[in-house]
Amino acid sequence: MSDATPRVGLLQGLQQTFTLAWRSLLQIRHNPWELGDFSIQPILFLLLFLYVFGGAIADSTAEYLQFILPGVIVMNMVFVTVYVGHGLNTDLTKGIFDRFRALPIARWAPLTGRIVADLVKQTWAILLLLAVGFLLGFRLGTTPLGLVGMIVLVLIMALAVSWIMVLVGVVAKDPEHVQLFGFTALFPITFVSNVFVPVETMPDWLQVAVNHNPVSHLADAARGLLVGGPVVEPALWSLLWAVAITAIFAPLSVAALSRRLANS
Amino acid sequence: MIRASNLTRTFKTKAGPVEAVRGLSLEVAEGELVAFLGPNGAGKSTSVRMLTSLLPPTSGQAMIGGHDVARNPVAVRQLIGYVGQGTGSGPYHRVRDELITQGRAYRMSYPDARKRADELLAILELEPQADRDCATLSGGQKRRLDVALGLMHTPRILFLDEPSTGLDPHSRANLWEHIIRLRRQTGMTIFLTTHYLDEADNMAERVMIMDHGKMIADDMPEKLKADLAGDQIRLRFRSEREAGSAAEQARNLPAARDIAREGNHLTLTVNKGESLLPGFICELHNSGVETQSANIHRPTLDDVFLSLTGRSLRETAEPPA
Repeated sequence: MSDATPRVGLLQGLQQTFTLAWRSLLQIRHNPWELGDFSIQPILFLLLFLYVFGGAIADSTAEYLQFILPGVIVMNMVFVTVYVGHGLNTDLTKGIFDRFRALPIARWAPLTGRIVADLVKQTWAILLLLAVGFLLGFRLGTTPLGLVGMIVLVLIMALAVSWIMVLVGVVAKDPEHVQLFGFTALFPITFVSNVFVPVETMPDWLQVAVNHNPVSHLADAARGLLVGGPVVEPALWSLLWAVAITAIFAPLSVAALSRRLANS
Repeated sequence: MIRASNLTRTFKTKAGPVEAVRGLSLEVAEGELVAFLGPNGAGKSTSVRMLTSLLPPTSGQAMIGGHDVARNPVAVRQLIGYVGQGTGSGPYHRVRDELITQGRAYRMSYPDARKRADELLAILELEPQADRDCATLSGGQKRRLDVALGLMHTPRILFLDEPSTGLDPHSRANLWEHIIRLRRQTGMTIFLTTHYLDEADNMAERVMIMDHGKMIADDMPEKLKADLAGDQIRLRFRSEREAGSAAEQARNLPAARDIAREGNHLTLTVNKGESLLPGFICELHNSGVETQSANIHRPTLDDVFLSLTGRSLRETAEPPA
């Protein structure tokens, strides 16, 4: 017998990525409560911050909504990436990843399938937050193009942060540890930022940290793109961070995954 | 169909390198039903993972259906079905959906995948569960779904890694009924691992016994038992003197071994005990020695394992609680 097709082509690999991404999304169609993490949680965060803190931080909730909506979109994006690691770890610790690997598909398809599915879920969460925001009286201060730009920028960062969570998902011994570690690491990063309150209200030493936090850059860029104000500088910083995070964590994750698979 | 020559696999661990498989060579012809038997940690799973392209061997070569596993894993994967130790279905996915996605990954069209999924749901008696989440299935049903997933593309070879571990006896028997029927209908080559003696004994036509990363026996269960364990015969006489004289005569029996007298009892091991014993009792009678009771212990594969390793598989093979 001849061994004519030892590798899977790129196009087929992409097809297989979509097949596996579709599998992840099918789950939601049949179990809408699964979307709770992607729907109810962000809405709750938005309402909580808006009505509990809004009056204290800004003069009115209407004014605070303009400030907090882009921030909550960014914060929620960061938290949702934990599910990439959680899902990957579940697949690895059960026999699901094993089953995928025994299929005649591209080696990277199980991983990219999960990431693509998660970007779809991220998009859903962003659109949902925007819809609720508009219902509550959010006013777009820029153009629809700015809105689209914001979505794209947030998704680019989501992709980058996902690689960190892929690493956590590969290294952790069970899904519970992914969540524990993921949220423990992400809480300070998200809250030590300008997502919820203007940075001027913080002590000087904290301002340094906040001003260098990629979450702050992204929140600034999102505000610029939705409400108005400086866009180019924070957007460039965000992109730079996204590239840096991907450049570090994508190879680390892939190496860790190969190592885990080679020793089981 | 399956050929391995000198496969080895060394794992790096904190305690130093561990040789999980040490020079495995084997050959399996089309249509055979072969079982890898051995205690936990014997290297069965590692061997299967190397044969199925999931784990690159440290050295050696494996060929499946004429394809080199290391050089053309994609062709090998197209040819084989693999049912791993873990549960292959997602807890919050529906049974039929999982089967269809599996078929799509094998590049079946959606209608074909759906048709094949329904076919397998019927064969493995999972039709009532088709639209339920996999998490709601019983252990036996989950395992049958794993088998169905492995069969979606109608493979010529099916690898089953510990298919029945963790199942209650009823589910185990039921799973086996399905596997045996599938085999009869399709003539598929089936290669499985187990640490259940009775399973290897009753189901497999050929047993390969593994221990410490090496294959220590490879034959039909009947032949292994005859060659390596033999039938143990225990006879009781009226007196020690008679037992002693019977022991003398027993030395002339073909392939008699382990002859031992204990009080007025005599034990010995022979091959084909059931056809040998009546003649021997007659012979004893003719020489004036009366047999009061006779007992044959048919060997099990555990006796084979014991005679090969000095350990009982029952003691070493208890699955972790």
